[in-house]
Amino acid sequence: MSTLTSSSPAAAASPKKGKRLRPSYWPFIIPALVVVVGVILFPWAFTLWMSANEWRVGEEQQFVGLANYARLMSDTRFWESMGHMAVYTVLSVVGPLIFGTAAALAFNSKLPARGLLRGIFVMPMMATPVAIALVWTMMFHPQLGVLNYLLSLVGIGPSEWVFNPRTVIPSLVLVETWQWTPLVMLIVLGGLAALPTEPYESAQIDGANSWQRFRYITLPMIGPFLMVAVIIRTIDALKSFDIIYAITQGGPGTASETVNLYLYSVAFTYYDIGYGSAIAVVFFVIIVALSLILLYLRQRSAWNAGDTR
Amino acid sequence: MFTSDKLRLSRRQVLASGAAASAMSLAGFPAFGQSSQINWKKYAGTKLEVNLIKSPRGETLTKYQKEFEELTGITVVSEQTPEQQQRQKAVIELTSGRPSFDVVHISYHVQKRQFEKGKWFADLTPFVNDPTLTDAGYLSDFAEAGLAFAKSPEGAIGALPFSVDYWIVYWNKELFAKKGLSYPTTFEEMVKAAVALTDPATQTYGFVARGQKNANTPVWTSLMLGYDKYAISGGELQTDTPEAIEAAKLYQTLMTKAAPPGVAGFNWAECQSAFLQGKIGMWFDGVGFAPPLEDPEKSRVVGKVGYGIMPKGPKAQAAATTGDGIGVTAASKNKEAAYLYCQWATNKLMGARLLQAGAGVPFRNSVLADAEVRKGVKMPPEWVDAVAGSAKISRLTLPVIIPVTEFRDTLGVALTNLLSGGDAATELKRATAEFKPILERSEKA
Repeated sequence: MSTLTSSSPAAAASPKKGKRLRPSYWPFIIPALVVVVGVILFPWAFTLWMSANEWRVGEEQQFVGLANYARLMSDTRFWESMGHMAVYTVLSVVGPLIFGTAAALAFNSKLPARGLLRGIFVMPMMATPVAIALVWTMMFHPQLGVLNYLLSLVGIGPSEWVFNPRTVIPSLVLVETWQWTPLVMLIVLGGLAALPTEPYESAQIDGANSWQRFRYITLPMIGPFLMVAVIIRTIDALKSFDIIYAITQGGPGTASETVNLYLYSVAFTYYDIGYGSAIAVVFFVIIVALSLILLYLRQRSAWNAGDTR
Repeated sequence: MFTSDKLRLSRRQVLASGAAASAMSLAGFPAFGQSSQINWKKYAGTKLEVNLIKSPRGETLTKYQKEFEELTGITVVSEQTPEQQQRQKAVIELTSGRPSFDVVHISYHVQKRQFEKGKWFADLTPFVNDPTLTDAGYLSDFAEAGLAFAKSPEGAIGALPFSVDYWIVYWNKELFAKKGLSYPTTFEEMVKAAVALTDPATQTYGFVARGQKNANTPVWTSLMLGYDKYAISGGELQTDTPEAIEAAKLYQTLMTKAAPPGVAGFNWAECQSAFLQGKIGMWFDGVGFAPPLEDPEKSRVVGKVGYGIMPKGPKAQAAATTGDGIGVTAASKNKEAAYLYCQWATNKLMGARLLQAGAGVPFRNSVLADAEVRKGVKMPPEWVDAVAGSAKISRLTLPVIIPVTEFRDTLGVALTNLLSGGDAATELKRATAEFKPILERSEKA
């Protein structure tokens, strides 16, 4: 009878206890972690730190705590820019929302050459904002621009468009609406395509007219899609910079200066990095807070498909 | 602080520079690099990085840079960036202490003080005094304004004077003739002519100048010079003095009674477009914007433009002056080679090329006075006369301070408000009070 030298064949085949290789996945997240820390977290932590310092390029840096934030409270130009940003954002959301929804309804019906027209309609969205801004600047020119010529054709007097403090923001919103209405149209069109047909059939049997069908069936059902459009447009409009900067640079005077443009001037033309960082932090908080509110509203507006109560 | 008063030319200086210029023009221009004792090949093989402002001046340097490379054996890599972005890039890189460039092109009227405080320029004085690097008397041909720009309060030479911009009045001779008017010689006559030329029914306006915030400030400070007042004098803001208020009222009158609608949003480009259409009587701006006016493809006023020296104000006649310089960074490891580039960029031949192309006006008196050079100038002789005449009454447009952009923005907003009916005294006092702490802080830092 032979003597067993090992306890079992299975034990001999398995690695020694304690040296068993356990699957580890954490190295895989290192590249992403490095990018997130380097590109997102570090710049933010640094901005936060800079906002607690007084530092102008070429001068000594000095820790001032919350002094930069206190300075914001009495900075009339900052508060004016907040007002401009609010007006600009509201108009830049409402305009594309109305026209985009109308366009989506039109393109959802069986129009002749619908695909071609839809392709043409989305073209402004694909253009470079600075190029658009330059073209619109020429069109807005009070003496040489085509817009005043067009107004004259229908008997309306000339406007000063972006060259007048009173009309500058609505004129800029016109450009924003022209460019971003197609985006809203695409989002709403996707929503319309997903709508069930049964409610419409029932409504038709009940004798509902087209306005009633839109008001009481379509509009509530595309609500979640409209909410997505509102969120995207709001964030976009809040941080809008290129079009305003290229057309008016915040002028005439400071009539179209939003927080974004003011922040740029403070940090990169006055080189007041500390104060500019404080504005950036406040601006960031505003965007995050508004986004959270909108996301909450979006969740509330979502369809409750599984809710049978 | 650098006081603008230093730049006022005395009659003796004007005569001396004129005499020197005449003597040089009689002798003719030596081809660059041929008559000197300088060993141009000494730094052959060096590679220079040059940071230029994108402008006709920057383009002229890039266009002829091969000549410099052939003369010296130095390789030049030049980059042109639009003005605003170039300034930001330069400041950020210089603050880091390791700029990527050896040579930098600056606007004196915006950046001089900042560069001096940051100690970002190499002092070129030893190179200028070194006979193996510079011909004797090299600086003597530069206009006094250029040398004042180039030197720090301590006397160090930062950027060499490259090009100067005088503010002149472009006027439409045809419109003036229709109304039987002649070119104004005083501010009062200028207002009268501007109002007389204005006829909104035919969309004709007597005057246009920059109304946009920041860009408009030099227009007003230029008018202030006519009241014999600088924006800052002896370290004190003069922007709410009676003279400053009078100049602001003059600006308001011209811009609200004789300028086209929407002028509050006009920068130089919109003013130029309007003038090119032949419906504007006078346009007040820098002399460097002239070339498109005589280009038949762009202009409806070819051959009809008069180039006038700034009319006399109640107390003085002054041509507002800004300028560009080109210098070597203190951090450069190729300072001598970089200095040779700056010297080449500011030589007489390059100055003549700038002038002849209408790309800019050199600070060199001899170039302006040279009959041969003038023959090759594409612009009408009247333009060259306006330049030469302005040189004689040259004064700095803007104060040489670090926060010059904040100065322009803060006072610029006040000026734009005037175009909406604001009161000059109230607006200027508010803007002055707003800017005062910024200036004080900057000077203390």
